[in-house]
Amino acid sequence: MAETLLRGSDITQRWGGLVAVNAVSIELERGSVHAVIGTNGAGKSTLINILSGEFPPTEGKIELLGQEATHWSQAKRARQGLGRSYQRNTIFPDFTVFENCRLAAQAQVQRPWVWWNNAQKCKHSVTAANHALELAGLMSVKERFAGLLSHGQKRQLEIAMCLAIQPKVLLLDEPLAGMGAEETDRMLELLASLKRDHAILLVEHDMDAVFRIADRITVMVNGSVIASDTPDQIRVNADVQTAYLGGH
Amino acid sequence: MMDKFFSGKLLFVGLLFAGLALYPLVASSYGLDLVSKIMIYAILAMSLELLVGSTGLVCFGQAAFFGIGAYIAVMLSPESESGHLLWLLPAAILAAAVYALFVGALSLRTKGVYFIMVTLAFAQMAYYVVHDTKLGGGTDGIYLYFKPTLGSILDLNHPQVLYFFTWVFLVWTFIFLAILLGSHFGRVLAGIRINEQRMRASGFSTYPYKLAAFVTSGGIAGLAGFLFAVKDGFVNPEMMSWHLSGALLIMIILGGLGHLRGAIIGAFAFVFLQEFFKSSDIFGAFAKHWQLGLGFTIIACVAVLPKGLVGLPEVLRKRLYGGRPSSDAQIVLK
Ligand SMILES: Nc1ncnc2c1ncn2[C@@H]1O[C@H](COP(=O)(O)OP(=O)(O)O)[C@@H](O)[C@H]1O
Ligand SMILES: [Mg+2]
Repeated sequence: MAETLLRGSDITQRWGGLVAVNAVSIELERGSVHAVIGTNGAGKSTLINILSGEFPPTEGKIELLGQEATHWSQAKRARQGLGRSYQRNTIFPDFTVFENCRLAAQAQVQRPWVWWNNAQKCKHSVTAANHALELAGLMSVKERFAGLLSHGQKRQLEIAMCLAIQPKVLLLDEPLAGMGAEETDRMLELLASLKRDHAILLVEHDMDAVFRIADRITVMVNGSVIASDTPDQIRVNADVQTAYLGGH
Repeated sequence: MMDKFFSGKLLFVGLLFAGLALYPLVASSYGLDLVSKIMIYAILAMSLELLVGSTGLVCFGQAAFFGIGAYIAVMLSPESESGHLLWLLPAAILAAAVYALFVGALSLRTKGVYFIMVTLAFAQMAYYVVHDTKLGGGTDGIYLYFKPTLGSILDLNHPQVLYFFTWVFLVWTFIFLAILLGSHFGRVLAGIRINEQRMRASGFSTYPYKLAAFVTSGGIAGLAGFLFAVKDGFVNPEMMSWHLSGALLIMIILGGLGHLRGAIIGAFAFVFLQEFFKSSDIFGAFAKHWQLGLGFTIIACVAVLPKGLVGLPEVLRKRLYGGRPSSDAQIVLK
C-alpha cells in the first residue's frame, strides 16, 4: 500500500454562480505521478491553488502528510513539504538563477533576526539551491540573470525553485507548456526520477507526455471529475473519449 | 564585471562620506546647517527606501514617524535642564517604532493604492493630534531650550559637534541597512517586492516580514526626527505634514529606487534644487514660485534618467562611448 501524502476530499470552489471545482476528491501517493487533464477552464489551476493554500475552498477538506491542513496557510503548507509551480512563471527576473533557488531554499531555515549575517553564507540554502539546479539541469547558467533565460529554461527554473524547498509533494501546473521536444524529454526524465521520493500532481495539456509518465489520470470537465483511472483505462473510457480526448 | 561594479558603488559612498567628514573645514555656518539638515533628510529618505525601494511598500506617511521622534525628544526633555541622550534618543526611536507597529499592523492588510491611502490617513491623524490639541503646543510647536547631553562629553549646542553627531548616524544608518538588506531578512524583502505570491508559495509568511520592515523603517525615521529636533531646538506640526512625506518619495525616486545610496543622493539633489530655485539672487521675484521650477526639473530628471541619479554614470557612458553597455550592466544590481 503506497503512502498517501496529500488528500483532498470533496473540494468545491464557487465564484458567484460559477462552480469552478465541483466536489473533487484526489489522492497523491509517494512514488506516483497523478495527472489531471481537462480543457481550458476545467478548474485544474483552481484545484492546485486550493490544494496549495492560495485561498481556502468554499467546501472540502485537505490532509497533508497525514495531518488536517485545511486551515493551514500557504506558507505553512510549503514549509511542511508542499511545493508548487505556476502556470505562468513566478521567477525573479533580476536575481541570478542561483539566487532564485537559494532564496526559495532559505524558507526552510528562516532566521530573519540574524541581520548581520550575509544570506549568501547560509550553508543550507546554498547547498539546497545547488542540488535543485543540478536536478533541473541549470548548473551551466547558474550565474545568469533569470530574466535572460530562454523560455524553456525559465520553466525549468520554475520547477527548480519548487525543488529547492525540498518538498515531498509537488503540484505542477503545465510545466511543459511552450517547451521544445528536447526540453520536454528532459523534464519528463526529471519527473520520472523525482517520482521515487515524491508524490506528484501534474496538470498538463501535452497528451503524449501525460500518457508517457502518469500512473494515474483524472479527467475534469467543467469543474467535475468524469473519470479517474490508470492511463490504459482512461484511453478506452467512452465518457472521456466523447468529452475530451476526441478520438486521440 | 560584478566586482568592478560593486566596488565602484562602495568607492562612491566612501568618498561621499569622507567628503562630508571634511566639509566642516571649509564650511560657512549657513552651509554647515544646511548640510546637517540634508544628512538628516538622507537618513529619513533611507528609512523610506527600505519600504518603497527594497520591499515595494509605497508608504505615504513617513513624516509621521519623523515627527513623533522629534516631538518625543522635545516633550521628554526636562524644561530647565538638559536631558540625557542615552535615554531620550532610544525613547524617540522606540516611540516612532511603536506607532509604526500600530500603523503597519493595520495598513499592511491592504494593498496597492489602498496601502498608500491608509498610511497617509494615519500620518494625517498624527498631524491633527499635534496640530489641533494642546498636547504638542498646537500650531506654534514647542521649543527645546536645553539640548540633550551625554554627561559633559558632547555639546550639541556647538554646530560642528552636531554636524559630526549627525554624520555618525548617517554612516551608521547606511551601513546598518546595507548589511540588513544582504541578510536573510533583506533577501526576503527583495523577494516580496518582486513577487509576494511566490514567496508565500516557497514557505515565507510575508506579513510578519513586512511588519518588521515597517517597524525598522519607523524607528530610523524616529532617529532622524530626534536629530532634527535637536538641531533646530524646535518642533512644529509641519514636520508631520504630507508635504514632507511626498518630498521624501520624490527624493528616493530622484536618487534611484532600489539603491540605498540613491536615497542619500536624492536628499542632496532635492534640497540643493530647492535652495537653488528659492534663491532670489538668481530668480528675483520668480523665486516665490520655486515649486514650479523644482517640479519641472524633477520631471525632466526622471524622464531623462528613469533609474534616477544613480543611473547617471551609465547614461553618460552610453552617450560618450556610443556602444551598448554589456548585458550584465544593463540589469541594475540590487
Ligand atoms: N479568481 C477567480 N475568480 C472568478 N473566477 C475564476 C477565478 N479563477 C478562475 N476562475 C474561473 O474558474 C474556472 C476555472 O479556471 P482554471 O482553474 O484556471 O481552469 P484551468 O486551469 O483548468 O484552465 C474558469 O472558468 C475561470 O474563468
Ligand atoms: Mg490552468
